Amino acid sequence: MTLTKYIVGFVLSLLLTLTAFFLVENDLLSGGALIWTLGVLALVQMIVQLAYFLHLGDELRPRYKLASFSFMTGILLIIVVGSIWIMDNLNYNMMEMSPQQKTDYMNTQRDKGF
Amino acid sequence: MSELIEAQKARLYRTTIGFWVYLMTDCLLFASLFATYAVLRTATAGGPGAADIFELPLALTETIILLVSSFTCGLMLLGLQAKNRRQVIVAMALTYALGVAFLAIEIGEFAKFVAEGHSWQQSAFLSAFFTLVGTHGLHILFGLLWLVVMLVVVVRRGLTPKVTRQLTIFGLFWHFLDLVWIFIFTVVYLLGVAS
Repeated sequence: MTLTKYIVGFVLSLLLTLTAFFLVENDLLSGGALIWTLGVLALVQMIVQLAYFLHLGDELRPRYKLASFSFMTGILLIIVVGSIWIMDNLNYNMMEMSPQQKTDYMNTQRDKGF
Repeated sequence: MSELIEAQKARLYRTTIGFWVYLMTDCLLFASLFATYAVLRTATAGGPGAADIFELPLALTETIILLVSSFTCGLMLLGLQAKNRRQVIVAMALTYALGVAFLAIEIGEFAKFVAEGHSWQQSAFLSAFFTLVGTHGLHILFGLLWLVVMLVVVVRRGLTPKVTRQLTIFGLFWHFLDLVWIFIFTVVYLLGVAS
Protein backbone atom coordinates (compact mmCIF):
# COMPACT_ATOMS: atom_id res chain seq x y z
CA MET A 1 0.00 0.00 0.00
CA THR A 2 1.86 3.06 -1.28
CA LEU A 3 0.94 6.46 -2.68
CA THR A 4 2.36 5.48 -6.08
CA LYS A 5 -0.04 2.52 -6.28
CA TYR A 6 -3.02 4.71 -5.46
CA ILE A 7 -2.00 7.29 -8.08
CA VAL A 8 -1.50 4.60 -10.74
CA GLY A 9 -4.88 3.05 -9.88
CA PHE A 10 -6.59 6.43 -9.96
CA VAL A 11 -5.12 7.51 -13.31
CA LEU A 12 -5.86 4.14 -14.96
CA SER A 13 -9.47 4.18 -13.66
CA LEU A 14 -9.95 7.73 -14.90
CA LEU A 15 -8.60 6.88 -18.37
CA LEU A 16 -10.80 3.77 -18.64
CA THR A 17 -13.91 5.71 -17.57
CA LEU A 18 -13.23 8.54 -20.03
CA THR A 19 -12.54 6.08 -22.88
CA ALA A 20 -15.89 4.38 -22.28
CA PHE A 21 -17.65 7.74 -22.07
CA PHE A 22 -16.19 9.08 -25.32
CA LEU A 23 -16.97 5.83 -27.17
CA VAL A 24 -20.65 6.28 -26.35
CA GLU A 25 -20.79 10.08 -26.57
CA ASN A 26 -19.30 10.15 -30.09
CA ASP A 27 -21.10 7.01 -31.36
CA LEU A 28 -17.77 5.42 -32.30
CA LEU A 29 -19.09 1.86 -32.07
CA SER A 30 -22.51 0.25 -32.12
CA GLY A 31 -24.32 -3.02 -31.46
CA GLY A 32 -22.41 -6.03 -30.19
CA ALA A 33 -18.97 -4.41 -30.64
CA LEU A 34 -19.95 -1.57 -28.30
CA ILE A 35 -21.43 -3.87 -25.65
CA TRP A 36 -18.31 -6.06 -25.63
CA THR A 37 -15.92 -3.09 -25.58
CA LEU A 38 -17.76 -1.40 -22.69
CA GLY A 39 -17.92 -4.73 -20.85
CA VAL A 40 -14.19 -5.30 -21.23
CA LEU A 41 -13.40 -1.69 -20.16
CA ALA A 42 -15.54 -2.14 -17.01
CA LEU A 43 -13.89 -5.49 -16.22
CA VAL A 44 -10.38 -4.05 -16.70
CA GLN A 45 -11.27 -1.16 -14.39
CA MET A 46 -12.61 -3.65 -11.85
CA ILE A 47 -9.31 -5.55 -11.92
CA VAL A 48 -7.34 -2.27 -11.65
CA GLN A 49 -9.34 -1.19 -8.59
CA LEU A 50 -9.20 -4.64 -7.00
CA ALA A 51 -5.43 -4.63 -7.38
CA TYR A 52 -4.57 -0.99 -6.60
CA PHE A 53 -7.37 0.08 -4.20
CA LEU A 54 -8.55 -3.13 -2.54
CA HIS A 55 -5.04 -4.74 -2.58
CA LEU A 56 -6.33 -8.17 -3.54
CA GLY A 57 -2.96 -9.09 -5.11
CA ASP A 58 -0.94 -8.24 -1.96
CA GLU A 59 -2.70 -10.86 0.14
CA LEU A 60 -0.50 -13.47 1.81
CA ARG A 61 -1.32 -17.17 1.79
CA PRO A 62 -3.84 -18.56 2.58
CA ARG A 63 -5.69 -16.23 0.26
CA TYR A 64 -9.09 -16.15 1.95
CA LYS A 65 -10.09 -12.89 0.28
CA LEU A 66 -9.31 -14.22 -3.18
CA ALA A 67 -11.08 -17.53 -2.43
CA SER A 68 -14.29 -15.83 -1.22
CA PHE A 69 -14.10 -13.40 -4.14
CA SER A 70 -13.82 -16.25 -6.67
CA PHE A 71 -16.75 -18.09 -5.08
CA MET A 72 -18.84 -14.90 -5.14
CA THR A 73 -17.96 -14.36 -8.81
CA GLY A 74 -19.23 -17.84 -9.65
CA ILE A 75 -22.58 -17.26 -7.92
CA LEU A 76 -22.80 -13.78 -9.47
CA LEU A 77 -22.34 -15.16 -12.99
CA ILE A 78 -25.01 -17.82 -12.40
CA ILE A 79 -27.50 -15.20 -11.16
CA VAL A 80 -26.82 -12.56 -13.83
CA VAL A 81 -26.06 -14.64 -16.94
CA GLY A 82 -28.70 -17.23 -16.00
CA SER A 83 -31.43 -14.61 -15.53
CA ILE A 84 -30.66 -12.79 -18.77
CA TRP A 85 -30.40 -16.03 -20.74
CA ILE A 86 -33.67 -17.53 -19.51
CA MET A 87 -35.74 -14.33 -19.56
CA ASP A 88 -34.55 -13.24 -23.02
CA ASN A 89 -35.37 -16.69 -24.39
CA LEU A 90 -38.78 -16.46 -22.80
CA ASN A 91 -39.40 -13.02 -24.31
CA TYR A 92 -38.22 -14.20 -27.71
CA ASN A 93 -40.44 -17.26 -27.69
CA MET A 94 -43.52 -15.32 -26.53
CA MET A 95 -42.94 -12.32 -28.80
CA GLU A 96 -45.33 -13.26 -31.63
CA MET A 97 -48.23 -14.26 -29.39
CA SER A 98 -51.35 -12.30 -28.47
CA PRO A 99 -52.30 -12.25 -24.77
CA GLN A 100 -54.97 -14.92 -25.41
CA GLN A 101 -52.44 -17.14 -27.20
CA LYS A 102 -50.01 -16.74 -24.29
CA THR A 103 -52.68 -17.82 -21.83
CA ASP A 104 -53.59 -20.82 -24.00
CA TYR A 105 -49.92 -21.73 -24.42
CA MET A 106 -49.25 -21.58 -20.67
CA ASN A 107 -52.36 -23.65 -19.95
CA THR A 108 -51.16 -26.36 -22.38
CA GLN A 109 -47.72 -26.32 -20.75
CA ARG A 110 -49.30 -26.63 -17.32
CA ASP A 111 -51.45 -29.58 -18.43
CA LYS A 112 -48.27 -31.31 -19.66
CA GLY A 113 -47.00 -31.17 -16.11
CA PHE A 114 -44.35 -28.43 -16.19
CA MET B 1 5.66 -5.20 23.46
CA SER B 2 6.22 -6.91 20.14
CA GLU B 3 3.76 -9.60 21.25
CA LEU B 4 1.13 -6.92 21.70
CA ILE B 5 1.80 -5.55 18.22
CA GLU B 6 1.56 -9.07 16.78
CA ALA B 7 -1.76 -9.62 18.55
CA GLN B 8 -3.09 -6.34 17.19
CA LYS B 9 -1.97 -7.26 13.67
CA ALA B 10 -3.73 -10.62 13.94
CA ARG B 11 -6.87 -8.89 15.13
CA LEU B 12 -6.77 -6.40 12.26
CA TYR B 13 -6.34 -9.31 9.84
CA ARG B 14 -9.38 -11.16 11.28
CA THR B 15 -11.53 -8.01 11.20
CA THR B 16 -10.55 -7.36 7.58
CA ILE B 17 -11.37 -10.92 6.46
CA GLY B 18 -14.73 -10.84 8.24
CA PHE B 19 -15.67 -7.54 6.65
CA TRP B 20 -14.48 -8.78 3.24
CA VAL B 21 -16.90 -11.71 3.47
CA TYR B 22 -19.72 -9.25 4.23
CA LEU B 23 -18.72 -7.27 1.12
CA MET B 24 -18.92 -10.44 -0.98
CA THR B 25 -22.50 -11.06 0.20
CA ASP B 26 -23.27 -7.42 -0.59
CA CYS B 27 -21.93 -8.07 -4.10
CA LEU B 28 -24.52 -10.82 -4.45
CA LEU B 29 -27.27 -8.39 -3.39
CA PHE B 30 -26.13 -6.08 -6.19
CA ALA B 31 -25.84 -9.04 -8.59
CA SER B 32 -29.54 -9.82 -8.04
CA LEU B 33 -30.50 -6.19 -8.61
CA PHE B 34 -28.32 -6.03 -11.76
CA ALA B 35 -29.97 -9.21 -13.07
CA THR B 36 -33.42 -7.73 -12.38
CA TYR B 37 -32.47 -4.51 -14.16
CA ALA B 38 -31.03 -6.38 -17.14
CA VAL B 39 -34.19 -8.46 -17.51
CA LEU B 40 -36.56 -5.49 -17.15
CA ARG B 41 -34.53 -2.89 -19.09
CA THR B 42 -36.96 -2.91 -22.04
CA ALA B 43 -40.18 -3.25 -19.99
CA THR B 44 -41.06 0.44 -20.25
CA ALA B 45 -44.89 0.04 -20.35
CA GLY B 46 -45.28 2.99 -22.72
CA GLY B 47 -43.09 5.22 -20.52
CA PRO B 48 -39.61 6.51 -21.36
CA GLY B 49 -36.69 4.15 -21.99
CA ALA B 50 -33.12 4.49 -20.75
CA ALA B 51 -32.01 6.55 -23.79
CA ASP B 52 -34.85 9.05 -23.26
CA ILE B 53 -34.13 10.12 -19.69
CA PHE B 54 -30.49 9.48 -18.75
CA GLU B 55 -27.98 12.31 -19.08
CA LEU B 56 -24.48 10.96 -19.68
CA PRO B 57 -22.48 14.08 -18.66
CA LEU B 58 -24.25 14.06 -15.28
CA ALA B 59 -23.50 10.35 -14.79
CA LEU B 60 -19.86 10.96 -15.80
CA THR B 61 -19.62 13.74 -13.19
CA GLU B 62 -20.95 11.34 -10.54
CA THR B 63 -18.46 8.68 -11.64
CA ILE B 64 -15.48 11.04 -11.43
CA ILE B 65 -16.56 12.46 -8.05
CA LEU B 66 -16.86 8.94 -6.63
CA LEU B 67 -13.50 7.92 -8.12
CA VAL B 68 -11.77 10.96 -6.58
CA SER B 69 -13.42 10.18 -3.23
CA SER B 70 -12.14 6.60 -3.52
CA PHE B 71 -8.67 8.08 -4.02
CA THR B 72 -8.94 10.43 -1.02
CA CYS B 73 -10.15 7.43 0.99
CA GLY B 74 -6.88 5.74 -0.07
CA LEU B 75 -4.98 8.81 1.22
CA MET B 76 -6.80 8.29 4.53
CA LEU B 77 -5.59 4.66 4.66
CA LEU B 78 -2.04 5.78 3.84
CA GLY B 79 -2.23 8.36 6.64
CA LEU B 80 -3.38 5.57 8.94
CA GLN B 81 -0.37 3.49 7.93
CA ALA B 82 1.98 6.43 8.58
CA LYS B 83 0.15 7.22 11.88
CA ASN B 84 -0.38 10.75 10.58
CA ARG B 85 -3.55 11.93 12.32
CA ARG B 86 -3.70 15.22 10.45
CA GLN B 87 -3.59 13.50 7.06
CA VAL B 88 -6.28 11.04 8.18
CA ILE B 89 -8.63 13.82 9.27
CA VAL B 90 -8.10 15.94 6.12
CA ALA B 91 -8.58 12.91 3.84
CA MET B 92 -11.73 11.88 5.73
CA ALA B 93 -13.17 15.38 5.39
CA LEU B 94 -12.42 15.40 1.64
CA THR B 95 -13.98 11.95 1.19
CA TYR B 96 -17.05 13.12 3.10
CA ALA B 97 -17.44 16.28 1.00
CA LEU B 98 -17.13 14.32 -2.26
CA GLY B 99 -19.59 11.68 -1.01
CA VAL B 100 -22.12 14.38 -0.16
CA ALA B 101 -21.64 15.95 -3.62
CA PHE B 102 -22.24 12.56 -5.27
CA LEU B 103 -25.38 11.93 -3.23
CA ALA B 104 -26.69 15.45 -3.91
CA ILE B 105 -26.37 14.91 -7.70
CA GLU B 106 -28.06 11.52 -7.43
CA ILE B 107 -30.96 12.82 -5.33
CA GLY B 108 -31.30 15.74 -7.77
CA GLU B 109 -31.53 13.28 -10.66
CA PHE B 110 -34.13 11.14 -8.86
CA ALA B 111 -36.18 14.22 -7.94
CA LYS B 112 -36.11 15.40 -11.56
CA PHE B 113 -37.38 12.02 -12.82
CA VAL B 114 -40.16 11.95 -10.24
CA ALA B 115 -41.15 15.58 -10.99
CA GLU B 116 -41.43 14.69 -14.69
CA GLY B 117 -43.76 11.82 -13.81
CA HIS B 118 -41.13 9.10 -14.31
CA SER B 119 -41.15 7.63 -10.82
CA TRP B 120 -40.68 3.96 -9.88
CA GLN B 121 -44.43 3.49 -10.29
CA GLN B 122 -44.44 4.15 -14.04
CA SER B 123 -42.82 1.00 -15.40
CA ALA B 124 -40.90 -2.13 -14.45
CA PHE B 125 -37.80 -0.58 -16.05
CA LEU B 126 -38.01 2.46 -13.74
CA SER B 127 -38.73 0.27 -10.68
CA ALA B 128 -35.58 -1.74 -11.45
CA PHE B 129 -33.57 1.45 -12.07
CA PHE B 130 -34.61 3.14 -8.81
CA THR B 131 -34.03 -0.05 -6.82
CA LEU B 132 -30.56 -0.72 -8.22
CA VAL B 133 -29.23 2.84 -8.18
CA GLY B 134 -31.14 3.69 -4.99
CA THR B 135 -29.61 0.73 -3.12
CA HIS B 136 -26.15 1.95 -4.10
CA GLY B 137 -27.11 5.47 -2.97
CA LEU B 138 -28.33 4.09 0.35
CA HIS B 139 -24.95 2.38 0.83
CA ILE B 140 -23.26 5.74 0.18
CA LEU B 141 -25.58 7.42 2.70
CA PHE B 142 -24.72 4.86 5.39
CA GLY B 143 -21.03 5.19 4.49
CA LEU B 144 -21.29 8.95 5.05
CA LEU B 145 -22.97 8.48 8.45
CA TRP B 146 -20.23 5.98 9.36
CA LEU B 147 -17.61 8.51 8.23
CA VAL B 148 -19.04 11.32 10.42
CA VAL B 149 -19.02 9.05 13.47
CA MET B 150 -15.43 7.97 12.73
CA LEU B 151 -14.36 11.60 12.26
CA VAL B 152 -15.60 12.42 15.78
CA VAL B 153 -13.86 9.31 17.15
CA VAL B 154 -10.54 10.15 15.46
CA VAL B 155 -10.63 13.74 16.71
CA ARG B 156 -11.45 12.67 20.28
CA ARG B 157 -9.42 9.47 20.69
CA GLY B 158 -6.71 9.60 18.05
CA LEU B 159 -5.45 6.63 16.03
CA THR B 160 -5.83 3.80 18.54
CA PRO B 161 -5.63 0.16 17.33
CA LYS B 162 -9.43 -0.07 17.48
CA VAL B 163 -9.88 3.11 15.42
CA THR B 164 -7.32 1.78 12.94
CA ARG B 165 -9.34 -1.43 12.48
CA GLN B 166 -12.58 0.51 12.03
CA LEU B 167 -11.10 2.92 9.50
CA THR B 168 -9.46 0.08 7.56
CA ILE B 169 -12.80 -1.65 7.00
CA PHE B 170 -14.44 1.68 6.21
CA GLY B 171 -11.79 2.07 3.49
CA LEU B 172 -12.69 -1.35 2.06
CA PHE B 173 -16.40 -0.40 2.11
CA TRP B 174 -15.83 2.87 0.28
CA HIS B 175 -13.54 1.36 -2.39
CA PHE B 176 -16.10 -1.39 -2.87
CA LEU B 177 -18.90 1.13 -3.50
CA ASP B 178 -16.81 2.75 -6.23
CA LEU B 179 -16.32 -0.70 -7.77
CA VAL B 180 -20.10 -1.30 -7.85
CA TRP B 181 -20.63 2.15 -9.38
CA ILE B 182 -18.36 1.31 -12.36
CA PHE B 183 -20.90 -1.34 -13.32
CA ILE B 184 -23.89 0.93 -12.71
CA PHE B 185 -22.24 3.58 -14.92
CA THR B 186 -21.50 1.02 -17.65
CA VAL B 187 -24.65 -1.10 -17.60
CA VAL B 188 -27.30 1.46 -16.69
CA TYR B 189 -26.00 4.72 -18.13
CA LEU B 190 -23.55 3.97 -20.98
CA LEU B 191 -25.33 0.91 -22.40
CA GLY B 192 -28.74 2.48 -21.70
CA VAL B 193 -27.97 5.61 -23.68
CA ALA B 194 -26.16 3.72 -26.45
CA SER B 195 -28.98 1.30 -27.27
